[in-house]
This record gives sequence, structure tokens and C-alpha cells, in this order.
Amino acid sequence: MAFQMSRILRNSMPTQRDDGVDGPISGAAVEPVVNVTPGAASHAPVSQEIKIRARDINVFYGTKQALYDVNIDIPAKGVTAFIGPSGCGKSTFLRCINRMNDTIPGAKVKGAIEIDGEDVNQKSLDPVVLRARVGMVFQKPNPFPKTIYENVAYGPRIHGLATSKEEIDHMVESSLRRAGLWAEVADRLQSPGTGLSGGQQQRLVIARAIAVNPEVILMDEPCSALDPIATAKIEELMDDLRQQFCIVIVTHSMAQAARVSQKTAFFHMGYLVESGPTEEIFTNPRDTRTQDYITGRFG
Amino acid sequence: MEHTVKAFGEELNNLTAEVARLGGLAEAQVADAIDAVARRDSGLAQAVIERDEKLDLLQAEIERKAIRLIALRQPVALDLRHTMAAMKISMQLERCGDLAKNIAKRCLILTQAEPLTPLTRSIERMGNVVAGRLKEVLDSYTSADVERAVSVWSRDHEVDEHYNSLFRELLTYMMGDPRTINSCAHLLFIAKNLERIGDHATNVAEIVNFEITGEEMTAERPKSNALLA
Repeated sequence: MAFQMSRILRNSMPTQRDDGVDGPISGAAVEPVVNVTPGAASHAPVSQEIKIRARDINVFYGTKQALYDVNIDIPAKGVTAFIGPSGCGKSTFLRCINRMNDTIPGAKVKGAIEIDGEDVNQKSLDPVVLRARVGMVFQKPNPFPKTIYENVAYGPRIHGLATSKEEIDHMVESSLRRAGLWAEVADRLQSPGTGLSGGQQQRLVIARAIAVNPEVILMDEPCSALDPIATAKIEELMDDLRQQFCIVIVTHSMAQAARVSQKTAFFHMGYLVESGPTEEIFTNPRDTRTQDYITGRFG
Repeated sequence: MEHTVKAFGEELNNLTAEVARLGGLAEAQVADAIDAVARRDSGLAQAVIERDEKLDLLQAEIERKAIRLIALRQPVALDLRHTMAAMKISMQLERCGDLAKNIAKRCLILTQAEPLTPLTRSIERMGNVVAGRLKEVLDSYTSADVERAVSVWSRDHEVDEHYNSLFRELLTYMMGDPRTINSCAHLLFIAKNLERIGDHATNVAEIVNFEITGEEMTAERPKSNALLA
């Protein structure tokens, strides 16, 4: 038989690729393989429970309107990322959640933001109490000019969460541990917090924020002043904390939003353009503005 | 809209152009292989065999470029789908090239035996349907025409029907005259190869659909009855 056996041998390697090209027919016709999966499963499903519910939020700075009719639900456990170009309103919205805009003269917030069904803007709610429930971490780490220990102990003490020395010691240690900083500072708790590196300071203020057992942690570009390794540590920490807390992060790094969050919201010119599972926003955004922004097509 | 970083946009366009070029080569390989069988042209068959390497090299080049783009540009959304589609489609096309080469090799053997003209006519008819599908799906890719891709996808059963009828025809010949078994066996493999090229065209249609819409095909594709023999 003239057909070259060597070719047959080459093609009869038991791999998917070569199977069937030269090999003998097996009796039944090979059905074409068609993968029809209805909706691929997400690795990190967004929790169903809603922590923060914002309805028709409009924010004005004097006569200038910064946010227009923002409606969003933020899940109770997990990381929600706000992305968008500078001046799009994402930080403004973040600051509505713990009433940080109260401190800005001329700022006016309309609409309702509820945390567990309770309106954060109601007169009877003390902003100090609110901010213990809703912790915040800023772009630049802002430790108090005190010792590492005092930075963390301060919150539990003024909120009356702990009184005895042992209790406070315990809280300081557990908060520093949860912030992934304990091993690095355990032997120098009495040194000033400002003496730590930028990445360590950022983890210190995260420890300070979680020391008062908040429900929500707001992060406004927490890694923009950090190097990639310090950034990775904060991201690892967020991944840990999202099991217990509702974390909301504003970030300019699209890659960071994609890495750390389960839900992403895109803001543009004061509007919430689109929000949804992070995986969807980064593979198949619905709105062309979102698409143009995340793919780097904005002029 | 243009990419803010122009080089990124250029790299993406370049990737599409390369895939289109590979598509053109694969189309030619398939068409020439069918032609060689129909016309008993061993020279053409030999040319098809030799040209296969070009497709392999181009496919490897596309893969390298796609990997580089992912590493350096971190594409997302449509850019990511675009990059992945280029990579996946090029694999399908390279595979079509392999199948065309295999047809050409069998053609060399067929030319040494008695011609079986009615059978090679049937092969040619089936081949033209398959080549047409491949061309159409590649057009849908270069023109980003999702409707056309879906139309190719939903017509795969046509090829299957050709294959089934050829299969019966070949069996009849082999039973009628055992001296034709050798040639008929090769023709059967050629038909099977054509059927597989048709499947690759269907796969490309699915990839094009995902590239453009971001959605997977969910509808049930029309199928002809599986061949039980």
C-alpha cells in the first residue's frame, strides 16, 4: 500500500489535536464539539445581601452639580470598585457614604443613602457614630503623630469599645494582625506611626479603621502613593477583609479594580454609567463609554 | 474610537490583518486540495503539501504577537476579546491547513489508481460547500459581521448531509467492486477531512460571535442525524 505509514504514525499520536486526521474511522460519525454554556460562572460571586442602598443621589458644590441621580446597591460582603476619569464624581459619591461632604462648605446632598435600611443623612444620626461604622482610608496614609500602639488604641478607647489595658492590648494586636502588620511592628509598638514606610503606614491606618469594628470600609485610592509590593500587600489584605466587611474602593488603576473587586461601578461626568459584576465590566461592558474608558480610548 | 495610545490600536489592527492573511492562505489550501482531487493534479497536490509550512509559521507568529500584546498592553473588554479571537481563530485556520495538506497527500495516492469520476465529483461538490463556508466565515470576521457569522454557524448541517450521502455512496462502490476499496477508503478520509474543515468554520463563527457580542452562542445548532454505520 502506497500510503506513507510514517505519516500515519505521526498523526496517530494520542492527542486531541492529531486525533482523526489520518486515523481509522471509528464507526460512528464524530459529532462536532460545541460548547454552549449558558453564562459562565464567576469565580467570586457577589454576595446577594445589600449593605448600602443609594437612591437618586444628587450632589451640589455651591451651584455646580457634581452627581446626577446616582442609584446603586452595594453588597454586604466584598469589594466594590468605583472607577472613572478625574472629576467624574466617584470620590464625591464615596464621601456621601460617611457624610464627609458635610465638612465642605456649600456642599449639598440630595437623595437617600441607606446603610442596612437606615438613612445616613437623618438628623438624629451622629456623624461621629456613623464614621465609626463606616471607616475610611485615604490616598495618603494619615497616621496620628503618636505611637503605633496609640494609633490603633485611640478608636476603641474613645468609642468605649474597650476599657482595661488587657482589652485594649488585645484589640491593638488583633487589628494589627488583621491588617497584616503585626509581624513587622510587634517589637516597636511604642515607636511613632509616622516612622513607618508608606505601605506600612497605610496598613496602620487600615488597622486603625478596623479596630472599631466598622461595617463598611471606604478606601479612596489607597495604593496610589505605594510601590507595587506595598500595593500587593494592601490588595492581599483587602482580599482577606472582604470576607467580613463591605469594602468600597475608589481607584484610578483599572487593573487594580479588576484584581480586587467583585463589583465595579463606572462614573462619568457625574453620572453612574454602569455597574455590575467586575468580570462582566472588564470582558463585556454594556455601555460604550465604559468600554472606551477601560480600554483607554478616552480622548 | 481611537486608542489614546496609538501603538496599541495599531498592534490590534495588525493582529486582525495577520489572521485575515492566514485565513486567505487556508482558503487557498482547501480550494487547491479539492481542485487537485477533482482534476487528479499531483503537481497541485504537491504544492499544497509544501505550502502548509507557511500557515504553521504564520499561526505561530500570530500567537507570539497575541501573547506579547497581552503581556505588554493588558487588553480588556473588546480589546481582550479581539486578541483572544485572533489567537483562537488562527488555531482553527492552521488546523484547516493541516486537513487540506492531508487531502493533498491522499490525492497523490489517488492519482496512481483508476479514476472514480462520479465519486470525485461528489467530493468536489462537498468541498465547494465547505470552502464556501470557510470563505464566508472569514468574511464575517474581517467585516465584523455577526449576522453572517451566525448564518454560517446555523448551516453546518449542510456539510453533514453531504458527508452522510458520500459515505453511503462510497459504501455502495466498495461493496460493488472490492478493487475500489483502496481508493474509496482515501476518498472517505478526504470527505471526513472536509467535514472537519466545516466544523472548524463553525468554530470560527462561534469565536467571531463572542468577539463581537461578548456573548456565547446559546441557541441549539441545527444538526443532521448522526451517522450510524
